[in-house]
Amino acid sequence: MAETKIDMRPMPLPAETAVAPKEMPVVMSVRDLRAGYGGAPVLKGVNLDIREKTVTAIIGPSGCGKSTLIRCLNRMHEAIPGATCDGEILLGGRNALEIDPVLLRREVGMVFQRPNPFPTMTIAQNVAAGLVLNGVRDRALIAETVEKSLRRAALWDEVKDKLDAPGVGLSGGQQQRLCIARALAVEPRVLLLDEPCSALDPIATGRIEELLLQIKDQLTVVIVTHNMQQAARVSEFTVFMLMGEMVEYGQTRKMFTQPADKRTEDYITGRFG
Amino acid sequence: MTMKRHFDTDLEDLRGRLLRMGSLCEEMVHYAVKVVVDRDDSHLSKVQDWERQVNALHIEIDEVCLRLIALHQPAAGDLRLIAAAIKINSDLERVGDQAVNIAETGVYLLKEPKIKLGDIPRMVEVAAGMLKDALDAFSRGDVELARDVIKRDDEEDRLKSQTFNELVTLMQRDASAIQRGMDIILVARNLERIADHATNVAEDVIFMVLGKDIRHSAEKI
Repeated sequence: MAETKIDMRPMPLPAETAVAPKEMPVVMSVRDLRAGYGGAPVLKGVNLDIREKTVTAIIGPSGCGKSTLIRCLNRMHEAIPGATCDGEILLGGRNALEIDPVLLRREVGMVFQRPNPFPTMTIAQNVAAGLVLNGVRDRALIAETVEKSLRRAALWDEVKDKLDAPGVGLSGGQQQRLCIARALAVEPRVLLLDEPCSALDPIATGRIEELLLQIKDQLTVVIVTHNMQQAARVSEFTVFMLMGEMVEYGQTRKMFTQPADKRTEDYITGRFG
Repeated sequence: MTMKRHFDTDLEDLRGRLLRMGSLCEEMVHYAVKVVVDRDDSHLSKVQDWERQVNALHIEIDEVCLRLIALHQPAAGDLRLIAAAIKINSDLERVGDQAVNIAETGVYLLKEPKIKLGDIPRMVEVAAGMLKDALDAFSRGDVELARDVIKRDDEEDRLKSQTFNELVTLMQRDASAIQRGMDIILVARNLERIADHATNVAEDVIFMVLGKDIRHSAEKI
């Protein structure tokens, strides 16, 4: 009988346990961010350091300001008439609130609650839209980027034979992955997702979650979700917001087993919200 | 702002079942020891009957915990309570087994002449007190009481060693006492194990309340 060799070396700690948050590089710093609509404050001075190449989940009850926060990060918030936004969002040493929003959105992409592929475009055109908008004309480069982005979005195998079919012909889950591929095509540093699975069935949701776990080594993901189990599954860090304020921000593992704040405990255990 | 959840009723029910199991175990230890100390075998059937109830609760509580995890995906304090309940459930079932061992050994000893019990009466006091207080600590979420239980385990270990030594000396002097001496040593060992299970319960209470894992001296109590 062959001798079984047992590895006696100490087991490495699971990734999330090994995380030392304070030593991790910060990709975006939010400083005293205040935002609202027509004079009504929604965010009341949020401070937050988003760690590079991690998934950060933002959770909280409806109206707590989580979507407003994420929409401020790539200045979609300002697109709403009467919206106000004040404070600092530092990205690579610049205040994101003071640079051209179009340039900012190349670095900070966004995927919305409902999949929104461009209805007149094919699958390939949808993915290439950002590149074309940025003046890229090299067909070979575009084709290469389309394939790479679709692969990163875990959609390539399902659509490789129908790249010229309309994007809106795909299922809801596929459309959402197409939107993620479109966002990834311009190589953003940060990808924002605003409840990306709320319109999807559990299988499609599972695929998106798998995809997030795969891409987090390459870029930073910030996800707003109402699904706390989703936050627990996909993120390394969690932000809990309540009434426009950040109540708790820490390692997801700790927050879901040992939250520091009673309000966090009450929310994640379903005592309110 | 905080609302009462239906889930709270389920958790209360779980807590209630564990405390019921705990009370049965306390009774089992109490009467099992009477078989040895008072030389009264009338208690054996009671102990065996309670063991069947404890075993049924063991399975039932595990099922409840699995159902609560599957249906509610608990987090934070809820999750810690259920995780602690699963472990306490196992410990209590083992306490029941130790009590049955003690009672059965006691019945065997009845057929033999009386023998010195060493520190067994004091060991009973310490182990039963630890078990009672560990269950009270669980019931009230009392961390201080749980810490106190853990500290008392050293006293039980010391008493066990003392009993071992006393009986070994006796057996060396009198070969006819070897079988009985071995049986008393086994009883001491059973009581020491009951104290260990009470210690585990107390550690689980601390984890449940504070989220701190103090097992294996990971953190000083």
